[in-house]
Amino acid sequence: MTEKRTFEVKALTRVEGEGALYVRLEGDRVEQVELNIYEPPRFFESFLRGREIREVPDITARICGICPVAYQMSACHALEKALGVTVTPEIRALRRLLYCGEWIESHALHIYLLHAPDFLGYESGISMAADHRAAVERGLRIKKIGNALLEVLGGRAIHPINVTVGGFYRAPRPADLQRLIPDLEWGLEASVETLQWVAGFDFPDLEVDYACVALKHPDEYPMNEGRVVASGGLDISAEEYETHFQERHMPQSTALHSVMVPQETPYLVGPLARVNLCFEQLPPRARREAETCGVSWPSRNNFQSIAARAVELIVAFEEALRLVRAYSTEATPSRAPYEPHSGEGCHATEAPRGLIYHRYRLGEDGLVAEAKIVPPTSQNQGQIEEDLRQYVPRVLAYDDAEATRRCEHLIRNYDPCISCSTHFLKLQLDRK
Amino acid sequence: MAAKPKLAVFKFASCDGCQLSLLDAEDELLAVADAVEIAYFLEARTRTLEGPYDVGLVEGSITTAHDAERIRRIRDQCQFLVTIGACATSGGIQSLRNWADVNEFISQVYAHPEYIKTLATSTPVADHVIVDFELRGCPINKHQLVELVAALLQGRKPRVPRYSVCIDCKRKHVVCVAVAQGVACLGPVTQAGCGVICPAYHRECFGCFGPKEQPNLASLLGHYANRGADAVQLVRLTRNFNGYAPEFREASDDLETAAALGNTPDAPS
Repeated sequence: MTEKRTFEVKALTRVEGEGALYVRLEGDRVEQVELNIYEPPRFFESFLRGREIREVPDITARICGICPVAYQMSACHALEKALGVTVTPEIRALRRLLYCGEWIESHALHIYLLHAPDFLGYESGISMAADHRAAVERGLRIKKIGNALLEVLGGRAIHPINVTVGGFYRAPRPADLQRLIPDLEWGLEASVETLQWVAGFDFPDLEVDYACVALKHPDEYPMNEGRVVASGGLDISAEEYETHFQERHMPQSTALHSVMVPQETPYLVGPLARVNLCFEQLPPRARREAETCGVSWPSRNNFQSIAARAVELIVAFEEALRLVRAYSTEATPSRAPYEPHSGEGCHATEAPRGLIYHRYRLGEDGLVAEAKIVPPTSQNQGQIEEDLRQYVPRVLAYDDAEATRRCEHLIRNYDPCISCSTHFLKLQLDRK
Repeated sequence: MAAKPKLAVFKFASCDGCQLSLLDAEDELLAVADAVEIAYFLEARTRTLEGPYDVGLVEGSITTAHDAERIRRIRDQCQFLVTIGACATSGGIQSLRNWADVNEFISQVYAHPEYIKTLATSTPVADHVIVDFELRGCPINKHQLVELVAALLQGRKPRVPRYSVCIDCKRKHVVCVAVAQGVACLGPVTQAGCGVICPAYHRECFGCFGPKEQPNLASLLGHYANRGADAVQLVRLTRNFNGYAPEFREASDDLETAAALGNTPDAPS
């Protein structure tokens, strides 16, 4: 008789938001893999209808407390396209700097408090601190610097208040940014140490032929701008995004689940996809450290996403230093003016967890008539399930508790943000 | 040594930003972890300890029948229950559904409405169980959170102001945006605690910390209307992150009714 097993995680931990995993096995055969999103739906796309243009960055920030800037940036760019507004190079630079702040705080949180404990055998960063105090303190200090950057530019780290369509309510004072330089210099070296530390971890062996998807820009590592590219050669503008990527509503989820059309295949967004596709665009220090860290790029092992995240920490500090040093006079005006009118615009940016797409239609009254938001985690959801299908047979030798722990580790490779994905997890392994 | 007090963190419908504030207290996090037993905090740790807990921090609003039941069980487990953030204290931005038809919302977002189980309303935790203390904000202020934990450890009441944003603007010498820019600012009716960041960044307060003690919204909104603010815009201003807090809710409902009747809101005498 075939042995039937189930692996089950009722509440995934060290992820943002609420979800579960259910895996059902018959012998060595994986019968079912389901990532359940039980985070309750909040209906942002519905209640954005009828709101003012200027309210959209404030409201969409509330989709996610970890990556509010990603929502604000995609919303502002999309609305500016709808309104025909062009921002100045100074505002463009400040937006990139703001995004650096968010990448730093989000990546440091995930590397040090959420993901490294999986590699080193701890249940949390808090327990890990008992044996690796210096490392955890380094991570917290890196994170704090990211938050400090967000505070200067955005007013506060969570749900910044200084972002608006057209630019910023108030441009930062050069002195307030210059003051961060010593910390940013420390942070750059600390992120190199971070990469050296994580690149030495023991990575479970799982090579997947990913369809990586990310923005790509000829002159810079992607954050706010670029064309949407994929490993197969796809190279499109944001305006063509919905023709090539579509959402499906799965029964187990309050999140919508994205696929590439016409093949209906899953794909990968996030740090590993970005490093793989945009290695040439890495700034010099990040590229040098990535080349010598011991991980070979492009990587087809998403357990190495922690190294990709560390490479991007270097990117963010390198870029932040460059941008802060170049900011010598207060940007004036701090924002481009606009008159509300009807129109439609869409835009994709790179959130810490991957590509994020927004589209808005404005009515004759200048209010939002329709909003569409595609967060990174709902795009990764199909790929997470696909990875699990390939990985589960390799963990069958372990008892249920250890097998389940390993599956959870795999899910955390994606830094899933479930709160975000509610337009989006429980881990349960079912061995019958 | 006496056992460390057990702290638990629970999440309902929310963005995770308020519980993230605990992890954002980078200077205090390891000290907090030494002083209290972080017994249940899914975002931060895998190990969970069984209740009862000395302190429960609750983030998020109640939007499903399952969550309405879960919060009752959590209340039973926690000696001291604290709601953190606008979602838990007033229903959050998702309470905008309370003025709409939730079934229409579901069909706008999801291809299969039948998969979605949700209540028609998003309500604050205090509508369901007794809450011992509330920490306001969208998001909460991490310094207030650290103060709350310290106060609980010391067995005293947390020092959290209930006065308005205006008081702090004056203290910090921030120029009044309502006066200087002529914009409708919720500072006079909103509880302090954010550090007056919006006026300091040259924009209006939009009420992240919810109503202050005894706010007079009718008077303030009447004043803005007399100065030419559009009633519908004022409804939107009050109806956002804390829109379902009773004082904000009544004000936006009254304003909406008046606007529908073509009346100007009451001006202060």
